[in-house]
Amino acid sequence: MIHVVDYGLGNVQALLTMFKRLGFDATRAKTASDLNEASKIILPGVGAFDHAIELLGRSGMRSVLETLVLKNKVPVLGICVGMQIMGTSSEEGRLAGLGWVPGKVRSFRSNERSAILPLPHMGWNDVQPKSGLPIFAGLESDARFYFLHSYFFECDEPSHVAAVASYGIDFSCAVSACNVHGVQFHPEKSHHFGAQLLKNFAVL
Amino acid sequence: MLRPRITPCLLVHKGGLVKTVGFKTPKYVGDPINAVKIFNEKEADELVVLDIDATVNNTEPDYKMIANLAAECRMPLCYGGGVKSPEQAKRIIGLGVEKVAISSAAVEHPELITQIADEIGRQSVVVVLDVKKRLFGKDYDVFTRNARTNTKCSVFDLAVEVEKLGAGELVINSIDMDGVMKGYDLALAEKIRQAVNIPITILGGAGSLDDIEALIRACGVIGASAGSLFVFKGVYKAVLINYPTMAQRDELIRKALC
Repeated sequence: MIHVVDYGLGNVQALLTMFKRLGFDATRAKTASDLNEASKIILPGVGAFDHAIELLGRSGMRSVLETLVLKNKVPVLGICVGMQIMGTSSEEGRLAGLGWVPGKVRSFRSNERSAILPLPHMGWNDVQPKSGLPIFAGLESDARFYFLHSYFFECDEPSHVAAVASYGIDFSCAVSACNVHGVQFHPEKSHHFGAQLLKNFAVL
Repeated sequence: MLRPRITPCLLVHKGGLVKTVGFKTPKYVGDPINAVKIFNEKEADELVVLDIDATVNNTEPDYKMIANLAAECRMPLCYGGGVKSPEQAKRIIGLGVEKVAISSAAVEHPELITQIADEIGRQSVVVVLDVKKRLFGKDYDVFTRNARTNTKCSVFDLAVEVEKLGAGELVINSIDMDGVMKGYDLALAEKIRQAVNIPITILGGAGSLDDIEALIRACGVIGASAGSLFVFKGVYKAVLINYPTMAQRDELIRKALC
């Protein structure tokens, strides 16, 4: 069963509705015990980095998630800030991230080529996935997704970059490290492109 | 490439969808949930839903309606109407809405923009400014409360202020052009584009896809929003929800940006 982590951030309902439409069982996890049966995990999120880390801590689910993801290797998909907090740190905040994917979250404002563009980066942009990744199956060409953010993930390890998008600079808009996946864009709000990606994740 | 956004804007009045002309004479055009379902099928870029009763009647946002819309909506959703506090904005985001629009409250209490941005993140804060061209000169006044109150503030001054305070997007809604379907006020759009460095969306005046193309040609990557264009068909304004296909949008954008 797919468990969508509800720690007070992100569009849990939209994800549940989407999975239902696609024919997969998905449920909302609000407490640590809700996660017992999780065979797939979605970690959504919007807003500020520190706020997200704090709320996840307060939800009581953080340590169970760490066990499931790091020890039991349960596939997890972070979305937007849910992806960013999987990194080590962020220019947006002072707290440490979960550290599931080594990398730093940077601001578009700290690069002169993206800082001159309107921020946040908002709207539909092309996504160029690395070839051969199951999570991007069927999305190898002409994939576009909805973005809404001013910070982006910078992987320490280039092999963890799963897809690239461009906004003044090329940035990693998706990461993949073993069972840990993350996307900066919103698959739950990206029509058939997003549906395809969530389906790919569900059958991993 | 980041694409310009082509965004239907739906107005809610007494629980139904309406379309106005010059912010007056609301005409019933259908049921909100049904409209969302149709725009899902059309794979619209995003959707704006504005409750035009909440502020004027001084009521709370209709959370039940918002939750229903958000659960149905498979594209990014922006809700506006009656939002006066960070708590309300947070609750709306929690219902699964991507962006919260504030208008009258933001103009009357600009510090609210910062407070809401601190609560939900500035990327989700949309400020809508309803504007009317001054009789003399080239400036525009910002109005509140469904165009009933003239604040006598210049839209260009306020746009800069709103960006500084933490808005993530600015929607400029032309009262003069509302429902007229004769094209956007391009001079206004261009001046706003130059004034701020946050995403902007222009609403009011679109009568054809050519009008949207003209706006994108003038301003580049911008939000082109429309009400009448996407709910009416033909000279007699028969109600028929419509929206260009992805291929039509790609072609329109390609032509506009070449």
